Amino acid sequence: MTTIPTSWYVILSAILFLIGVTGVLTRRNAILMFMSVELMLNSANLVFVAFARQFMELSGQIFVFFVMTVAAAEVAVGLALIVTIFRTKHSISMDEINQLKG
Amino acid sequence: MRHHRTIRWLGLGLAVLGLLALPTVVFATGLGSEGGGGAFNAFGTIPLIIFIPVAGLLVNLLWGKDLGEGGVGFVASAASAGAFVIALLQFFSLLANEFHAATVPFLDWIVIGELNIPWAFQIDTLSVTMMLVVTGVGTLIHIYAVGYMHGDVRHNGDPARFPRFFVYLNLFLAAMLILVTANNYLMLFVGWEGVGVCSFLLIGFWFEKGEKNVGNARAARKAFVANRVGDWAMLLAMFLIFWNFGSLTFDVVFAKVSALSVETTAGLLTAITILLLIGATGKSAQVPLYVWLPDAMAGPTPVSALIHAATMVTAGIYLITRSNVLFALAPLSQNAVAWVGAITAIFAATMAVAQFDIKKVLAYSTISQLGFMIAAVGLGGYVAGMFHLITHAFFKALLFLGSGSVIHAMEHGMHALHAHEHAHGGGGHGGHDDHDAHGHDDAHAGHDAHPHFDPQDMRNMGGLWNKLPVTKWVYLIGAIALAGIFPFAGFWSKDEILLDAFNHNPGIYAVLTIAAGFTAFYMGRQIFMVFFGKARTPEAKHAGESPAIMLIPLIVLAVLSVAGGALNLPTIAGWSPPGAHALTDWLGHTISAAEGGHATEDAGHETTGDGHDTATEGHETTTDEHGAATTGEHSTGFPLGQLSFPIAIFSTVVALGAIALAALLYQNAPATVQDEDPLRGILAAIFDVLNQKWKVDEIYEALILRPFDDLAWFLAEIVDWRFWHDWFHDVFIGQNFRIGSRLLAEGMDLGFVDAMANGLAGLAQRIGGLFRSLQSGYVRGYALAVFFGVVAIVGYFWYTFTVGK
Repeated sequence: MTTIPTSWYVILSAILFLIGVTGVLTRRNAILMFMSVELMLNSANLVFVAFARQFMELSGQIFVFFVMTVAAAEVAVGLALIVTIFRTKHSISMDEINQLKG
Repeated sequence: MRHHRTIRWLGLGLAVLGLLALPTVVFATGLGSEGGGGAFNAFGTIPLIIFIPVAGLLVNLLWGKDLGEGGVGFVASAASAGAFVIALLQFFSLLANEFHAATVPFLDWIVIGELNIPWAFQIDTLSVTMMLVVTGVGTLIHIYAVGYMHGDVRHNGDPARFPRFFVYLNLFLAAMLILVTANNYLMLFVGWEGVGVCSFLLIGFWFEKGEKNVGNARAARKAFVANRVGDWAMLLAMFLIFWNFGSLTFDVVFAKVSALSVETTAGLLTAITILLLIGATGKSAQVPLYVWLPDAMAGPTPVSALIHAATMVTAGIYLITRSNVLFALAPLSQNAVAWVGAITAIFAATMAVAQFDIKKVLAYSTISQLGFMIAAVGLGGYVAGMFHLITHAFFKALLFLGSGSVIHAMEHGMHALHAHEHAHGGGGHGGHDDHDAHGHDDAHAGHDAHPHFDPQDMRNMGGLWNKLPVTKWVYLIGAIALAGIFPFAGFWSKDEILLDAFNHNPGIYAVLTIAAGFTAFYMGRQIFMVFFGKARTPEAKHAGESPAIMLIPLIVLAVLSVAGGALNLPTIAGWSPPGAHALTDWLGHTISAAEGGHATEDAGHETTGDGHDTATEGHETTTDEHGAATTGEHSTGFPLGQLSFPIAIFSTVVALGAIALAALLYQNAPATVQDEDPLRGILAAIFDVLNQKWKVDEIYEALILRPFDDLAWFLAEIVDWRFWHDWFHDVFIGQNFRIGSRLLAEGMDLGFVDAMANGLAGLAQRIGGLFRSLQSGYVRGYALAVFFGVVAIVGYFWYTFTVGK
């Protein structure tokens, strides 16, 4: 069986990353933004796994666990923040959260 | 008040101490000449001749109020008499010293490099002559003034001013004595100026009176300014002398000058002597600077007698006589001097014949007689000039004091009349007043409502012969002496001048003879108008004689006027009267006129005593006191020192004829003041011109004074105020300054500097704004920035790891 070349995984990861970046940059809804951030993180995961498979190194796969944990924590905190913000501003549109405006 | 009294005690004490200390010091330190050890030598006392009058004036200044009129008069007269005593001491010292001159140094005044001007006293026959005249006549006038001023201060309404008069008189005496005892030109000038100041003070004694209440002050100022013109010339002369001869001391300068010759120095000495002449013109009232003297009659009569007849005005003649060495080497100047004198003599005499004020006649007469003296010294007749100076002092002082007595009598009449009128309920009295600058008029108008009566106007007098028993005789004697009738003093001195003139310059002789004729005429006119005929006004009818204190000096002066000729009698047809040529011999010791350096008959009187004696007889026929070169004309004609009968007889005939003419016109003088002067009947308009003094004052006013005033106004108002201040300062400088400062302030400071600062700030602001825009608070924007950063870093790594190498 012919293996899928690692580069296809990397390219896929890149495409996913770019989609994630686009999502972060263009979404107004904070939850959707987080989803895009998740997508970016998962693309990074994909690259890790791909290279772990190529080099038959386990450390890559282990690292995916770390990333996932971090992602989960980050989402928890982020969502908590959004809930808090919603309580005051009654909106989660990123455009309206500009109190740090200089 | 206590302080005032203390100061006065102190002042008196100082004055007395100074008076006592001075002779002690002087004698103790042996100041004086190197005269014979055993011979009488009082030269050292000469400083007292100044300090005694100064002490007198200090006493009167500080204590005058307390001394009373008698005390003040006594102090002043005693001071003057004391000075006379000192002068006598000098006279006797000179006799004992065989007439050798003495120089008594007193103190060093200016010592700067080459310039050394001490205050030293020069005691020689010339200065002693002047000293004796000044102090002698001065003392008589002081005594007279005590009586005169007693009436005058009451007539003018300010008795408290009495002491001030005597302070000024003593001050004048001190200044005049400084003048005549000076041994250098600058000290002489100090005295010169001093007498000018005193003249100013005394002419303007009644400073608030006179025409329009300012006439006297104006007359005083006129005297001062006219003198000043002369002083300016004299200063220039002194500058020239110092510059060329390195010293101002008489002996030094004269020695240097006599070592020169006419050819090499003509220009310089001519310049110096012409300037000295102008100085003398101012002080001695010659043409053209004589205009102050008639106005000076505004002062009280003793002032006119002392200052403007006997002493101050003679300072010019003294100056020229003293500088005879300089004049001898400048024949052109001598000629100028002689002609100035002659022209003045006749010019003034013509004015005197048409004056109505008794003092004005005498004033013009003085100017005329001074012209005689100046002409004499210009011709080289220094002795003749000095002789006339002395005799003129006698009879002119006599005439002035006599006129004061007459005026006093008229005022007496005025007061008697008013007392009469007030007692009888008043009545009219007429009075004409044609002249200005009298001290008496306005005071009179002040005390009642009658129109101005001028007690000095001769037309108001008449018939005083019967009212003034003593005055009439002394006045007559003075008039005859002035007219030059044998054997009074004026005859001898005037005759000597005429003789000199005839010998040296017949033209001048003619002019002077005509002037002498006029002199006799106007004096005759005056006598007849004042004393004879009928009294023309009630005041004249009530005139009263003066008190003894005024009459005694008059009598003394009258005696001197009669006998004064004895000072320098000539030999008459070979017979030498006792004391002949006394003055010539006496003055010859000082005035070895310009002989030094030239071959002469009698050389060096001062150095060879025996040379003098053997040459005594030579005086009668040689021209020793006359300059070697006068007008280049030969000394022909009559021998000097001898009475020349033709000249004497001719002048006497002229004088008597003039008096006869005056008698013809004025003997039966018109009875009322409204009548025209008889002379006017003959001369008509010419008389008016003479009365108006040839309009000289008006000419000066138009030619000099008015343009000067206009120029001064122009400079002050137009140039200084309107142009300089208003335009130049305020407009030109002011506005341009404002424009300039505005340019700097707004243009530079605000426009440039502020703009720069603001620009910088603005820039900072804009950059800050620019950066601020990054802080949008817009999360997605921040995310975008992060994304760009990541791209940049990845691109950089890509570049380095793939494209590079």
